[in-house]
Amino acid sequence: MPELNLTSAPAHLRHGSNIGQPLTRRDGVLKVTGQATYAADNHPPGMLFAVIAVAGIAHGRVTSLDVAAAKRHPGVVDVMTPDHKPQLAIDPEIKTNPFVFRMEVLQSNEVRYANQPIAVVIAETLEAATEGAVLLAPRYETLPALVGLDAGESFVPPVVGVGNPTENHRGDIEAGLASAQKQIDATYETPPQYHNAMEPHAIVAHWDGDNLQIDMPTQGLALSLARVAELFGIAHDKIHIRSPFLGGGFGSKGLMAGPPVLGVMAAKLVGKPVKLVLRREQMYGPVGHRAPTRQRLRLGADGEGRLTALDHHARTVSSTFDDFYEPAADVSHTLYAAPAIRTSHDAVRVNTGTPLFMRAPGEATGSIALESAIDEMAWACGMDPLAFRLKNYAEVEPVSGKPFSSKALRACYDQGAARFGWAKRPLQPRQMRDDAGLLVGWGMGTATFPALMFQAEARAAIRRDGSGVMEIGAHDMGQGAWTALAQIAADAVGLDIDRVAFKAGTSDLPDAGIAGGSAHTATAGAAIHSAGAAVIAKLADLATGDERSPLFGAGNTGVIAREGRLIRRDDESRGESYSEILARAGIAEVEARGTGAPNPATMEEYAMHAHGAVFAEVKVDPELGQVRVSRMVGAFAAGRIVNPRMVQSQLFGGMIWGLSFALHEEAVTDKRSGRIMNANLGEYHVPVNADVPPLDVITVEEHDPHVNALGIKGVGEIGITGSAGAVANAVWHATGVRVRKFPIRIEALLTQR
Amino acid sequence: MKQFDYVRPASVAEAVAAAAQPGAVYLAAGTNLLDLMKGDVTRPDRLVDITHLDGLDGIEHLADGSVRIGALVSNADLAHDADFARSFPAVAEALLSGASAQLRNAATVGGNLLQRTRCAYFYDTASRCNKREAGSGCDARGGENRTHAVLGWSESCIATHPSDFCVPLVALDAVVEIEGRGGRREIALEELHRLPGDAPQRESALEPGDLIVAVRLPKAAREFASHARYLKVRERTSYAFAMVSAAAALRIENGKIAEARLALGGVAAKPWRARAAEDVLKGVAPTADAFQEAAWRALTDAKPSGDNAFKIELARRIVVRALTLAAAGTPARLPALPASPFASTSGAIHA
Repeated sequence: MPELNLTSAPAHLRHGSNIGQPLTRRDGVLKVTGQATYAADNHPPGMLFAVIAVAGIAHGRVTSLDVAAAKRHPGVVDVMTPDHKPQLAIDPEIKTNPFVFRMEVLQSNEVRYANQPIAVVIAETLEAATEGAVLLAPRYETLPALVGLDAGESFVPPVVGVGNPTENHRGDIEAGLASAQKQIDATYETPPQYHNAMEPHAIVAHWDGDNLQIDMPTQGLALSLARVAELFGIAHDKIHIRSPFLGGGFGSKGLMAGPPVLGVMAAKLVGKPVKLVLRREQMYGPVGHRAPTRQRLRLGADGEGRLTALDHHARTVSSTFDDFYEPAADVSHTLYAAPAIRTSHDAVRVNTGTPLFMRAPGEATGSIALESAIDEMAWACGMDPLAFRLKNYAEVEPVSGKPFSSKALRACYDQGAARFGWAKRPLQPRQMRDDAGLLVGWGMGTATFPALMFQAEARAAIRRDGSGVMEIGAHDMGQGAWTALAQIAADAVGLDIDRVAFKAGTSDLPDAGIAGGSAHTATAGAAIHSAGAAVIAKLADLATGDERSPLFGAGNTGVIAREGRLIRRDDESRGESYSEILARAGIAEVEARGTGAPNPATMEEYAMHAHGAVFAEVKVDPELGQVRVSRMVGAFAAGRIVNPRMVQSQLFGGMIWGLSFALHEEAVTDKRSGRIMNANLGEYHVPVNADVPPLDVITVEEHDPHVNALGIKGVGEIGITGSAGAVANAVWHATGVRVRKFPIRIEALLTQR
Repeated sequence: MKQFDYVRPASVAEAVAAAAQPGAVYLAAGTNLLDLMKGDVTRPDRLVDITHLDGLDGIEHLADGSVRIGALVSNADLAHDADFARSFPAVAEALLSGASAQLRNAATVGGNLLQRTRCAYFYDTASRCNKREAGSGCDARGGENRTHAVLGWSESCIATHPSDFCVPLVALDAVVEIEGRGGRREIALEELHRLPGDAPQRESALEPGDLIVAVRLPKAAREFASHARYLKVRERTSYAFAMVSAAAALRIENGKIAEARLALGGVAAKPWRARAAEDVLKGVAPTADAFQEAAWRALTDAKPSGDNAFKIELARRIVVRALTLAAAGTPARLPALPASPFASTSGAIHA
């Protein structure tokens, strides 16, 4: 990573401690001036270009490839096929741990989904490799494709998400429904969606003897390295992965997928560095996606508007060859205080790439259905949707009965509603119009996401010149980790941020855990915090044990680190600088390591979640059915906010994704061929600037003493939840038409004038 | 991609000769062609780059009152030409509702006319498409076709022409000037695009080597300037093709419609002039009833080609709205969200 001159950027001026300050991102100038080196920007000498040929069918097998034609094309160096490839050390079909998913790396001629890699053409230019892939002119034996939520016999998977039970019960659902005065029984559908990070998946792989250099965007350096090591049978210390910048990942760059492995294989085959970048349409297949769902919600409520039962069933899909089940119904575990809650899932297998984690996996799909159903029930009870939610406010986690480690959701409701002006909302739909005659509607949704932690390690050092070092293999996906974690590092070692060399983004650094589950700041931050504390303790030992020090005899808890000095807790006038301590001791550098990990005892005792409330206003043309969101307010409580500017951006991004979920995103699959017909950013719609209204984010103060030492809950994913439902509910409030199939399309709103 | 020859002719005559060879195509801004080449949808042997030819990038006001727009004028330059926008506001509004600002800066007038359909099956080389490969079949029939044609389609092809620009042009009797091997000729824009019939691969009246050098709007087209609008319904507020669009232009005299012009976009393989609707509006007062009647006339022959019956009702409603907006008068300034149903939303930011 290039050196930055942080002192020349006045935007970094701040007052007081580092944590909590709205620093601009430290790599911002590099990015906007094109100096940030993303994986595909690397061009080692002699590098060749690899292009994947992908399957045109969704099910069957490749019967022929015209390798000779491809090789005849000028510039083509080699063609990697199932018959001509380096051998892997292990069968890629073997799942060596729960975070290993099956991939296609030319192990056979079987085709299990459209856009599956079937060959790799390696050439001197990208153009030659691309044409070589066309000239392969594959022929197939085609079998019928399994497509959609009714593709075959359904089954109950053993687990959903990552090891969640498929079913969950508390209380008696049927009795709850039977005793209800009002009932809702509604079915919602969500489509397949694709991550579509701006930066496509890319790799530059370079073998130097047994050593392997990789430039590749990854959200999981350590997991990726371990997977490459076992696939190629080489020691971990022979592999070096650089991932300083990611152009987004959203879950699709978390685990090693087939295409980058093909890049490593291609480099091995030709004995030269190879670059392999996925084309946009090739990202619709081998690198994960959000599975479609069909969710049935049955709700009962008594005469007072109290839920008596909440039954949430989700049908989803997985691939024909591996297992990942979108845990959509699980979102109903935590939000509403129904005495009877049941969640369940079933699935069918289809010819797609295996669905995987995509920003708020389960929570996003589940939330739009749950929040729609809650809105429908509020209407059935004749209650304001906010009043209904407050009536059913969960004081303890409903499904487990555990207390929350903290829960400032009531404040989110209050502050969000006040900022939005919710109190003026008419109960009846289709009551509001703007000056131009457009229908106006207001809707809301509750946001929730678990406060997770993984495991991480960090290394801290204090150098003789008084500066600090913090090393952790953390991942800046664009979310600002390189800035926020450096803020935590600065506080951890008692230095100004400019005096700490913060190193992240390469695999030779301590394992930071995966950047996923909205847990990266909490996990890596905890490791940084404890490494900093450990190195300061070592420094304190040097000083307090040395009678030449003004800190002598203070004891190792008797000093505090501040602005590059250790000072006595009981007499702040007595202290000395880090460099004085190290100079006197004759030591160049003192270092220590620290770890971050979830605390099983706390997890057993408390339910730990971030919460929020999102309010949306939409306008709908009454005759033409076109919808536009005109404003959104989101109030979120997510524990300690390390960098309010980054957090606001994360929440903006989540809210826009929620808007997108409700109104835009859908991968359209041809039911006959199983091919995705809009695998490009022209036709797979995400909101453009003109679709994004003024957004207002409130971060509600929340102190959580239990989640982790720093009290961080994470903000990466929660913004989607609540937001999608808020927009959908606003469309109902504007039009009186309840659309239960997402995204909401124009034709669904043309039914009524 | 496939290797190709690149030719940069010095004159229109050289260009026509170079492009008349089999496998040759013209390259202007390439906003559509290069995508098609990268996607292996089109595999030309030779690109004839016309962007350096002189005399094709001007907007001329001719002595007979018509306006002649060179084929290489960019969509953005044309839309932002104040004289042009004042004279032909619906055309400017249509241009500004198309694509994105970046694409409009590059895309040319001639290229816009000849852009290819956005039918997903045309772009997907693993699917059958009679347009891409004559006689191979049409996978859009029976496929994902909610956005496909409801007028003028055939069993061979249900694709639509995606241009916004062409819709008001065809309503205003635009004329296309063509240089070909036999010299210069001109045809009505309405005659340029062909309906698919049993030969959807033949999309236009152009012959090999034919080069569109200009589009002309006749003097009479100016007479609609005070009552002319373009309206486009799409699935996001910007950077999306029309689900259905309409250009409506009225000449109102003494409270009656002296002459009406109406065309629809996104409904057929060509910009669809609705003459039957125009006829019923002639001489009547601009009332809601009259516009409803016009909408019914405009869609009399419409039939769904798949899961798109809603487009017929949507088209009727768009016709009524476009006529209503035109009758209300052209706004003094082009709206911030041109052609959008949300055009009147206060505080809108430019798309």
